Amino acid sequence: MIHSLFLINHSGDIFLEKHWKSVISRSVCDYFFEVKEKAVDPENVPPVLQTPHHYLISIYRGKLFFLSVVQTEVPPLFVIEFLHRVADTFQDYFGECSEGVIKDNLVTVYELLEEMLDNGFPLATESNVLKEMIRPPNILRSVVNTLTGGSNVGDTLPTGQLSNVPWRRAGVKYTNNEAYFDIIEEIDAILDKSGTTVFAEIQGVVEACVRLTGMPDLTLSFMNPRLLDDVSFHPCVRFKRWESERVLSFIPPDGNFTLMTYHVSSQNLVAIPVYVKQSINFFETGSCGRLEITIGPKQNMGKTVEGLMVTIHMPKVVLSANLTATQGNYTYDLTTKVLVWDIGKLNPQKLPNLRGSLSMQAGAPKPEENPSLNIDLKIQQLAISGLKVSRLDMYGEKYKPFKGVKYLTKAGKFQVRT
Amino acid sequence: MQEWANQLCENRQFGSKMTDSKYFTTTKKGEIFELKAELNSDKKEKKKEAVKKVIASMTVGKDVSALFPDVVNCMQTDNLELKKLVYLYLMNYAKSQPDMAIMAVNTFVKDCEDPNPLIRALAVRTMGCIRVDKITEYLCEPLRKCLKDEDPYVRKTAAVCVAKLHDINAQLVEDQGFLDTLKDLISDSNPMVVANAVAALSEIAESHPNSNLLDLNPQTINKLLTALNECTEWGQIFILDCLANYTPRDDRESQSICERVTPRLSHANSAVVLSAVKVLMKFMEMLPKDLDYYGTLLKKLAPPLVTLLSAEPELQYVALRNINLIVQRRPEILKHEMKVFFVKYNDPIYVKLEKLDIMIRLASQANIAQVLAELKEYATEVDVDFVRKAVRAIGRCAIKVEQSAERCVSTLLDLIQTKVNYVVQEAIVVIKDIFRKYPNKYESVIATLCENLDSLDEPEARAAMIWIVGEYAERIDNADELLESFLEGFHDESTQVQLQLLTAIVKLFLKKPTETQELVQQVLSLATQDSDNPDLRDRGYIYWRLLSTDPVAAKEVVLAEKPLISEETDLIEPTLLEELICHIGTLASVYHKPPSAFVEGSRGVQHKRLPGSAGSGESVESPDTGSAAGVSDAPPAVIPSQGDLLGDLLNLDLAPPATTTGPPPPTSSGMQMGAMDLLGGGLDSLMGDESEPLGGDLGGSPAMGAGFGAPPAGMPASFNAPVSGGLDDLFDLGGGVGMPSGAYSPPKSIWLPAMKAKGLEISGTFARRAGVVQMEMTLTNKAMSVMTDFAIQFNRNSFGLAPAGPLQVLTPVSPNQSIEVALPLNTVGPVMKMEPLNNLQVAVKNNIDVFYFSCQYPISMLFVEDGKMERQVFLATWKDIPNDNESQFQIKDCHLSSDAASSKLQGSNIFTIAKRTVDGQDMLYQSTKLTNGIWVLAELRVQAGNPNYTVSLKCRAPEVAQCVFQSYEAVLKN
Repeated sequence: MIHSLFLINHSGDIFLEKHWKSVISRSVCDYFFEVKEKAVDPENVPPVLQTPHHYLISIYRGKLFFLSVVQTEVPPLFVIEFLHRVADTFQDYFGECSEGVIKDNLVTVYELLEEMLDNGFPLATESNVLKEMIRPPNILRSVVNTLTGGSNVGDTLPTGQLSNVPWRRAGVKYTNNEAYFDIIEEIDAILDKSGTTVFAEIQGVVEACVRLTGMPDLTLSFMNPRLLDDVSFHPCVRFKRWESERVLSFIPPDGNFTLMTYHVSSQNLVAIPVYVKQSINFFETGSCGRLEITIGPKQNMGKTVEGLMVTIHMPKVVLSANLTATQGNYTYDLTTKVLVWDIGKLNPQKLPNLRGSLSMQAGAPKPEENPSLNIDLKIQQLAISGLKVSRLDMYGEKYKPFKGVKYLTKAGKFQVRT
Repeated sequence: MQEWANQLCENRQFGSKMTDSKYFTTTKKGEIFELKAELNSDKKEKKKEAVKKVIASMTVGKDVSALFPDVVNCMQTDNLELKKLVYLYLMNYAKSQPDMAIMAVNTFVKDCEDPNPLIRALAVRTMGCIRVDKITEYLCEPLRKCLKDEDPYVRKTAAVCVAKLHDINAQLVEDQGFLDTLKDLISDSNPMVVANAVAALSEIAESHPNSNLLDLNPQTINKLLTALNECTEWGQIFILDCLANYTPRDDRESQSICERVTPRLSHANSAVVLSAVKVLMKFMEMLPKDLDYYGTLLKKLAPPLVTLLSAEPELQYVALRNINLIVQRRPEILKHEMKVFFVKYNDPIYVKLEKLDIMIRLASQANIAQVLAELKEYATEVDVDFVRKAVRAIGRCAIKVEQSAERCVSTLLDLIQTKVNYVVQEAIVVIKDIFRKYPNKYESVIATLCENLDSLDEPEARAAMIWIVGEYAERIDNADELLESFLEGFHDESTQVQLQLLTAIVKLFLKKPTETQELVQQVLSLATQDSDNPDLRDRGYIYWRLLSTDPVAAKEVVLAEKPLISEETDLIEPTLLEELICHIGTLASVYHKPPSAFVEGSRGVQHKRLPGSAGSGESVESPDTGSAAGVSDAPPAVIPSQGDLLGDLLNLDLAPPATTTGPPPPTSSGMQMGAMDLLGGGLDSLMGDESEPLGGDLGGSPAMGAGFGAPPAGMPASFNAPVSGGLDDLFDLGGGVGMPSGAYSPPKSIWLPAMKAKGLEISGTFARRAGVVQMEMTLTNKAMSVMTDFAIQFNRNSFGLAPAGPLQVLTPVSPNQSIEVALPLNTVGPVMKMEPLNNLQVAVKNNIDVFYFSCQYPISMLFVEDGKMERQVFLATWKDIPNDNESQFQIKDCHLSSDAASSKLQGSNIFTIAKRTVDGQDMLYQSTKLTNGIWVLAELRVQAGNPNYTVSLKCRAPEVAQCVFQSYEAVLKN
């Protein structure tokens, strides 16, 4: 199982190590550094590496590498999932997952790691359970603790750990009982030069924020559950009810959690909310090129497209861009060669347009590759797949909770080829 | 380190007072003293702050072990946080201060009795993490109590503690009976306890190949399936992986398990999903294909696999490596999902390459247009590696989907027009493959290819181009000029290009003899006289000889029709694929290698097989399920049949890397000998002047070259010692497998006396012949009546020895007759640790009765032929194995020199890796590998004139040392 964990920052310093069995020298990371050196971009470091006596399994999150060392045959997904869980927990506890914040909370981090893994086996990874044992830092508590000599560590058995609903603690009380659900969909798509969809799918997630007293038993039903091709549930969801009735029946964890993720695959027709007309040309002579992009609404179901942004990774030889935008601002970063055009709200009456010239390094040959466009956008109050919640019922408790559902559509990996 | 910490302090000076960064602001001078004072403070709060500072220093790698006694003093406290912090410290430093750690034991034992289950669990958990022998003794009693604790939280913690203890002292765990208690916990009422017990047992079983810890039967399976629904996501992974090792009795049981596992496909944790996929893929094998449920299951597998691809890139990578296996085994699952494998420009490179590979595997006539459009798109990307692979993929599509070949070729020509150097070179390499698949179809493009001759600077592309020119010499008007232009820089070319050039010019000569005589003479003399590469020289001689003695034969050989290549070349060999399917989700599945190939000998190597499918309603069976029945010796389909090899041998050097996925089958060496005969005795006269050892001259073919064409310089220096046995030994050195080696075999002894077995006397011995362990027996009938119907069976044993076939006694044995029988054995039988380790219990049956006896085999029978470790690996492994695992033995009265000893040992597959002489004492470093993958490293010390040798053995499984030593003694003294 998981033997050791090293946290490594962007520049290759190991700033935290934790061993759950015998101590493994940090020199084992040298193999990793070697590969990292070769990969140039940190994103391109392969997640599983073999060394003569160990395996190194790593993830890259928030400009940090979480590198675990294993010695025996272990499912790599198990390790990767766990590492992401560690990063999520840091995020949850400290608000962000960065080197600075981890160093500021070293002791808590160490206590957390000790609580999350025992002898390489995961122990407590549910946020609810962890928070009962190790309280997240906050300024008020630190002050109170300093005054009273209190502690950050709970001294009772985390109640959730043993019950049939390990994700929920007993004795939850609220004065305002509320249950909110956000249905967020991301469109992953590749459009070709002519605007035809090469591939498109929707990744959806139902995020819940439930603050309800006692042991509520909730049932969430959809108008059109058959839209969904594949679903993955939080352990609280009763799978049998979904199989037979297509409703989500569950006793919720307390607080924020992901109730379900789903997938609407490329087999179904996916609506593409905008169209992009573009032409990027580089000329054989004169070391220059032309760029023109126009974006217009397509299938947006009558809603407004906001937060529109276009990102282009230009070929290395492009030195500068001299463009005019009819709406929004553009920036061109010389070192990363990234052109960003921040448009904002899409006005169907006056389509945003960006045009102008690109200048290239003198004498350099015309670039071979065609840069792809990455599109960002947001549509409030719309789930582009058409998924709709029909009702939420609560059993087991007498009070009447506040209920709410929000929809949001975003672009995921939305790319236009040129 | 110190410097870094200082820097950190500077950076942090402005940090908030509320955070832990304040622990860094203490100056390094007198830091320890300051902390010491604070730790001994009367104020609780101050104490706690001090311990926190100590922990903070520890996490960044500072040494604060000097504070051990002071920290331990803080342990007896009611404050849970302080207690936990002290425990954290203890785990880190107890090893370096074992005597001091004893001080903590009392508190631990007391805490294990605490009324608060949290404290009980914490104490037993921490105790298990303190890797100090003295402490583990005290751990046993508290652990035993905790395993039976009324609180499941304590029980589940204790279960893991057994695994910890086993890691520190396996014997102790066995002696104390903890393993049985752990097995009982599988039936615990709490699912969390069950999951942890399974996890602990799996880990113990892994380091302990001979034990049969997880004895799965329908009852335990049922318990596991019940716990599966209720335990945590991590517990589900352990249970699913454990389930995957079970073999259901029939298809109905298989189906019922599948039904209960399928809901796991909807879990949010991708590791749970993949482990469930493994169980389903394996158990599906047993379901009849005409069953409705079989089709339902197939449909259910696709969506979760697709969903895995929308996760984080690291998860995608592992998922893709596994999907690669799944589509090879069952392409129907994902045949409609091609699009999800389309590459996005900002995918990490490792994801891009994997997606591309799967796209080709899924390519079919139905979707080829889409695939080609995508590949063409990728060929204009930025990343060179990816572009190259995309171009190659186009070639693979052409070979795989015949209807698309024309379109592929025109796409490739478009790409050549881009004139991007590496694209052109890749394109030429794949076009050569297309020519080999569809000869005489696309030769019209040769002209375009020839235009790009000058831009080729990579050996592979140059060699491919030369091959094309030679192969189609009759259609290229200026073929001689083209080839001549390469000849100018002959000596600067790589071997690959030189060999191609030689062959191509010979081909050209055979096709247009009149104009090219000069050219061919030039290349033959370059190859034979001016080159010191044996492969090249030998091929040159062979051609020379052929051309000069019998040009007609030369034509038949060199211009023979070549076998067509097929898409199969990049598929994983079926038996390996089957094994890998059983390992879905593991590291083996990521590396596409069986675990035995890369996991070190610390674990038992059990080759997993897919279960055979049910016999009912099996009318249409795919060919690969046929082999699923467990036939492992079928030759891999990718290797061309013998007859075809000859054509390849002389013609193409380009192909072998692509076509051989496994080692060449042993039959090929015999075949190559045949090829040599073809040249007749004239060979000798041709080479009469050359004073070279025979071995060097045989190396005409690439496969042979690897076998023994390597010059002696390539061998480790320690092998310079003269080795007896000539050619045989040469084969051995080069890693040749399957040659009879002079393994030591003890004389026969009587195993079963006649009086104990109603007149049947059995004497026997064990031998290792040509890599196969044999049990050689003499059966003597000392009774009055004829004996017939012999059969033999083994009990479970330490190394899984089992008869590889039935006992071959064909004729009845009449009174007073003796017959000799050799029974080949394999090592894939059930495993159980025996005492002594090499004990084997045998049952022999005949028409009279069943008889039992036990015998001991010399462990050297199990030393495999490829037990020679790389020097570097040896060094690293020697260092890595803890000294506790080292054992030393004396061999008395042995009068061999170190070299003689070395060669004698080598006969029994104990390989000398290096030799060192210090003060007249020879030290031989040796390695050997057992059939179950355990490596044994040895240092043999031989003092000139002293008949007593010293052997030090190091091994991850120290139990085998005694047996190995006995073998050393036996081999050296006989």
